[in-house]
Amino acid sequence: MAEIVLDNVTKQYPDGAVAVRDVDIEIADGEFIILVGPSGCGKSTTLNMIAGLEDITAGELRIGGERVNERAPKDRDIAMVFQSYALYPHMTVKENMAFPLRLAKVDDTTVEKKVRDAAEILDLTQHLDRKPSNLSGGQRQRVAMGRAIVRSPKAFLMDEPLSNLDAKLRVQMRTSVSRLQKQLGTTTVYVTHDQTEAMTLGDRVVVMRGGAVQQIGAPQFLYDNPANLFVAGFIGSPAMNFVPASLENGVLRSALGDVPLTDRVRSLLEGAEAPREVIMGLRPEHFEDARLVDDTVRSNGVTFTNQVDVLESMGSDKFAYFSLSGEQATSAELAELAADAGSADVPGGGVSLVARISATSSAVEGEPADIWFDADKVQLFDPGNGRNLTYRG
Amino acid sequence: MAGIGGAVTTGRKARWTVLNVLVVVYALFPVLWIVSLSFKTKETLGDGNFIPREWTFDNYKTIFSTTEFVRALVNSIGIALIATAVAVVFGTMAAYAIARLDFPGKRLLIGVSLLIAMFPQISLVSPLFEIERGLGLFDTWPGLILPYITFALPLAIYTLSAFFREIPWELEKAAKMDGATPGQAFRRVIAPLAAPGVFTTAILVFIFCWNDFLFAISLTSTEASRTVPVALSFFTGSSQFEDPTGSIAAAAVVITIPIILFVLFFQRRIVAGLTSGAVKG
Ligand SMILES: Nc1ncnc2c1ncn2[C@@H]1O[C@H](COP(=O)(O)OP(=O)(O)OP(=O)(O)O)[C@@H](O)[C@H]1O
Ligand SMILES: [Mg+2]
Repeated sequence: MAEIVLDNVTKQYPDGAVAVRDVDIEIADGEFIILVGPSGCGKSTTLNMIAGLEDITAGELRIGGERVNERAPKDRDIAMVFQSYALYPHMTVKENMAFPLRLAKVDDTTVEKKVRDAAEILDLTQHLDRKPSNLSGGQRQRVAMGRAIVRSPKAFLMDEPLSNLDAKLRVQMRTSVSRLQKQLGTTTVYVTHDQTEAMTLGDRVVVMRGGAVQQIGAPQFLYDNPANLFVAGFIGSPAMNFVPASLENGVLRSALGDVPLTDRVRSLLEGAEAPREVIMGLRPEHFEDARLVDDTVRSNGVTFTNQVDVLESMGSDKFAYFSLSGEQATSAELAELAADAGSADVPGGGVSLVARISATSSAVEGEPADIWFDADKVQLFDPGNGRNLTYRG
Repeated sequence: MAGIGGAVTTGRKARWTVLNVLVVVYALFPVLWIVSLSFKTKETLGDGNFIPREWTFDNYKTIFSTTEFVRALVNSIGIALIATAVAVVFGTMAAYAIARLDFPGKRLLIGVSLLIAMFPQISLVSPLFEIERGLGLFDTWPGLILPYITFALPLAIYTLSAFFREIPWELEKAAKMDGATPGQAFRRVIAPLAAPGVFTTAILVFIFCWNDFLFAISLTSTEASRTVPVALSFFTGSSQFEDPTGSIAAAAVVITIPIILFVLFFQRRIVAGLTSGAVKG
């Protein structure tokens, strides 16, 4: 077990593409850290550099305090779980799991014991003599985990280990990965695409974009205090709503009406040198059906009336979708997020908005509804550089 | 419905069976004819009967009693096995490098090996003859093994690199992460998975070496290195006036046997789909 430090690490591939740029991450001993970001942002590259499968172009990688840039993967004592599992097809489950131990010249009785123990933990005991080709996806995934844990390495690296499983199995395996990591207390770096995995699994989340780290922090902190538009839009599902607004005399003018600046927002804005034109960010859960809001609370927010395009009832609450007239918020970050989500919006389609409202709301699809939102929860972003102007760092 | 379906498939099966039998008979007829000839006595050799009227092992006894044939058989087996082994070992390494690594001159290497494979062998016979005479390799085992390797290697490299490309990259990375040196990863993970390809290549190369006539007749002059196909052509029978047809037929049957054994032996190892289950498809 050991801490892993990436100190200004950069990766340039031989074809000239810079996949990772000046990445600084300090991973504490026993920490479970998640790398998340859109496709091609350099997550796998970062992981492969820690593993030693890719050379580090510049910067330093330290594991347990020692510089390991020049060390071969086998000398780093790190185990990896691949997205494709990469099980050895000519070996049985047992042989697959024993392989790292055999290479380490561990004696037979110890190998036998460790493999049994790992199989026990992962519920693979009855499959030990089968070949990977005869296993289900979930079982293969567990064998891959087993191969990683048998030799008690300093750290685990996992590259989207659950992405090949179907939704139900993924939820199941997610909890077992989490439990396993807590049980073993081994430093883990986990790459994922999945919102839920990022929010639920890790102690801390690293959001990456275009090879650079955008923000590092606990999942809840990132959710509540995104450092920029990109993190704000990437973390959370459904995503944060973005509405263009302009700051005039302490009031935000937007398609949702005039939003007064609360004391909290005002004080955060003070040192931020906010431009006149900003982007206002609102989480879906900060909206509510105006009829269900107390009068005392109502005055802390803004109420607007708009037609409900689509109303989805989730049982516990309802998602209401609106489209507002007016310009869409535009910025490089938002464009990239939309491209990654595959939902590059039709230009000129106005602002679309998602509100998560109470299940008891009487809003009806196709009819206008009064919707309230909490003015104290707005986050303001600079459209030029995406910076969060209300960031509480 | 089921009855009609059944009738259709039976009809189809019958048609396929007839067709298969036809093709097999067509292909094997000359071989069977040679087998038949080899069991005929001298007197009935020319009677045109497919099934010999009198069976005899004389022809086999004759060829195995001459050192001419036995020696050639030993030469053939030795030379073909050594050439196959060397070509497969080097071919495996080269194919692996071509499939997996990026190194300067890779395209050139592929181009040159393709060129060698396409080169008409006959045009090399005279220069090789001169070179081997100069180097003292003429009429020796290495004198045949070397040109065989030259021509077998491109074949081996092509066949094998196709197999190596099929093996998922990630298995090798996984082996590295599990603590294997590149050598160990190759020996314990990649090589076993490439085994079907190695065996297929071995069969092809062996057949090529075993059947070669051109080099064997041009680069040998005595029993020291003469291989069976050449020895066969020198068969004269025990006296000048004897018809060697029976002996030639027997020898032809004998030299087919190692090929059949070789193929049968390795075919069991060519298990298709060995890599399935390695990675999620
Ligand atoms: N071998 C390579 N040679 C050149 N460029 C590469 C190579 N591998 C990756 N890249 C580039 O580096 C960037 C980062 O790739 P990487 O695989 O790390 O992305 P990722 O974040 O893991 O994406 P995904 O979520 O799709 O797996 C991409 O732009 C990719 O095109
Ligand atoms: Mg990746």
